Amino acid sequence: MSSLTVKNLKKSFGSTQVLKGIDLSIEAGQFLTLVGPSGCGKSTLLNIIAGLETPSTGEVWIGDRNVNRLGPKDRDIAMVFQNYALYPNMNVRKNISFGLEMRKVPKGEQDRIIDRVARMLQIEPLLDRKPAQLSGGQRQRVAMGRALARDPKLFLFDEPLSNLDAKLRVNMRAEIKELHQRLGTTIVYVTHDQIEAMTLGDRIAVLHNGEVQQFGSPSDIYENPANRFVAGFIGSPSMNFIPCEVTGSPVSGYGLTMVSEGREFVLKTGADLQSRIGKTVILGIRPEQITHVMASHLEEPFTCAATCPVHLCEPTGPDTLVTTSLNQTKVLARVRPDAAGLLGQDMELMFDLSKAVFFDPDTGSRLGLPLDRAA
Amino acid sequence: MIDRLPGEASQPLARAAIYACLVGTAMYFLAPLLVMALTSVKSMDEIRDGNLLSLPLEPTLAAWAKAWAKMRGFFWNSLLLVVPAVAISTAIGSFNGYVLTKWRFRGSETLFGMLLVGCFIPFQAILLPMARALGQFGLAGTTAGLVAVHVIYGLAFTTLFFRNFYMGLPDELIKAARIDGAGFFTIFWRIVLPLSPPIVVVCVIWQFTQIWNDFLFGVAYSSGESQPITVALNNLVNTSTGVKEYNVDMAAALLAALPTLIVYVLAGKYFVKGLTAGAVKG
Repeated sequence: MSSLTVKNLKKSFGSTQVLKGIDLSIEAGQFLTLVGPSGCGKSTLLNIIAGLETPSTGEVWIGDRNVNRLGPKDRDIAMVFQNYALYPNMNVRKNISFGLEMRKVPKGEQDRIIDRVARMLQIEPLLDRKPAQLSGGQRQRVAMGRALARDPKLFLFDEPLSNLDAKLRVNMRAEIKELHQRLGTTIVYVTHDQIEAMTLGDRIAVLHNGEVQQFGSPSDIYENPANRFVAGFIGSPSMNFIPCEVTGSPVSGYGLTMVSEGREFVLKTGADLQSRIGKTVILGIRPEQITHVMASHLEEPFTCAATCPVHLCEPTGPDTLVTTSLNQTKVLARVRPDAAGLLGQDMELMFDLSKAVFFDPDTGSRLGLPLDRAA
Repeated sequence: MIDRLPGEASQPLARAAIYACLVGTAMYFLAPLLVMALTSVKSMDEIRDGNLLSLPLEPTLAAWAKAWAKMRGFFWNSLLLVVPAVAISTAIGSFNGYVLTKWRFRGSETLFGMLLVGCFIPFQAILLPMARALGQFGLAGTTAGLVAVHVIYGLAFTTLFFRNFYMGLPDELIKAARIDGAGFFTIFWRIVLPLSPPIVVVCVIWQFTQIWNDFLFGVAYSSGESQPITVALNNLVNTSTGVKEYNVDMAAALLAALPTLIVYVLAGKYFVKGLTAGAVKG
């Protein structure tokens, strides 16, 4: 178990810059998820931490050791791959013991470790099978067993669940989290799935275009996104982005003008938008902050109701997603199923702007932190 | 395999036509082999009297015995040539393929491209320079020299085979092995080679056939007692002295063709499988 620090890491392939100066640091025992769309450089970053690729510049520290000059085998790491990368010619037992054998662990010790790992992951009946005879979930377990066998300082996971079907993925996700809590190991976990990132990580780094867009705790990233990219990437369904004009003054408070099928109304906000009065900003509001009207909430300062047309209803079970339109933008609301309006009719929606965020329409950067939080 | 499409089943006539066509073609290709086999077990008198396709009245293996006596030494020459040449060219091809796919370096693609050109160089173009080179290394007229020629000429093909096969092996296998602590050679020996049998079979069949059937290199770079069987066969058939013994010629030709035939019969289905195998599932 060890801490991990990445300092000003850059990587170029020819003239394309894949990583543009990455700085990250986690403490021993923390679970870091690297999340971003495909091509954002997250796998390259993981490969550099593993020593499988060399950075153009920058440093990687595992614990108090600079490992830049060390090969993958000397970094005391283990890695689980997306396609599991089990050796097809070896049975499960050999797959797990191969790394031990390479490190000249005595045979008796090897057997003890295999037993321990197999018990922990419940793969004892599979030990004599070849990878081709295993199901996807079983391969996944074996791949994790291979990583666990060596008891390394740092675990690296490269999208380990993306080849599994939806249900198995949820189960394995929980198991990985449980394993982490039980063993307390340091883990770096790459995924493009923001739900995996949110549920697993102590710390999340959102990567895009080779840069860390935001590095923080899951709740921080969800509630206080640094820019429009992070806000849109994290959360499902995605945050609504509504362009709107700012009215009001510092004294009376600020309002946002909304137009929906000819009806105009103003949403009040507590954010400091003084510099934007009379201009357009992007309102970022999550679907769960637009709901059916709950009378008890209407008294809160930045909550108000408005009549909106229902363009689409998508029942998910616990909630129904209602699509409406504001300022010619598609807007998603999350309402209680029995409160959902009928298709083509109007329904009253309640907007809670206490957690709303604002972005510059051109740069996508965050604007006007909420007054209460800025104070 | 012809899968029956809907509607096709009700056309027995078309089906019959297809089979007739296939059988006819097969017979056309097999006829020469049949004539050779028939002729080789006839006596010279019978050959002179009968026609090509008539069955032998008194089958005899005398011609085979005579042919074997004449060809035996050269048969072993060919075997001594083929076994090391196939083994070495396959081994190096496999190693080349491993490096070119899993340990790429700056210019490795260019190197591979240049190596590919080797597949398109005709035999005749390298005859003279190769003869000179063999002379300078003191290998002219030796079996070792001929092995070297076949290894060098075959490398382009074997490298191509293995490289394309290893492209289908996931890179993660190599990464996982590196993290597990295995080095360059250990990975090759313990992970990559054990996954290679399908392509090894392809490569061995290809090289065996090429080298066993080669005539030009054999006639150019070997002499007298060290000649391979193809050259010896040519000498036997083309003798201008004495009576032409067609039955012995045919038996000798069949002897010369037998090993490649056996290899195909034994490993033919792996050949097709290996050629089409892209990736190893696992």
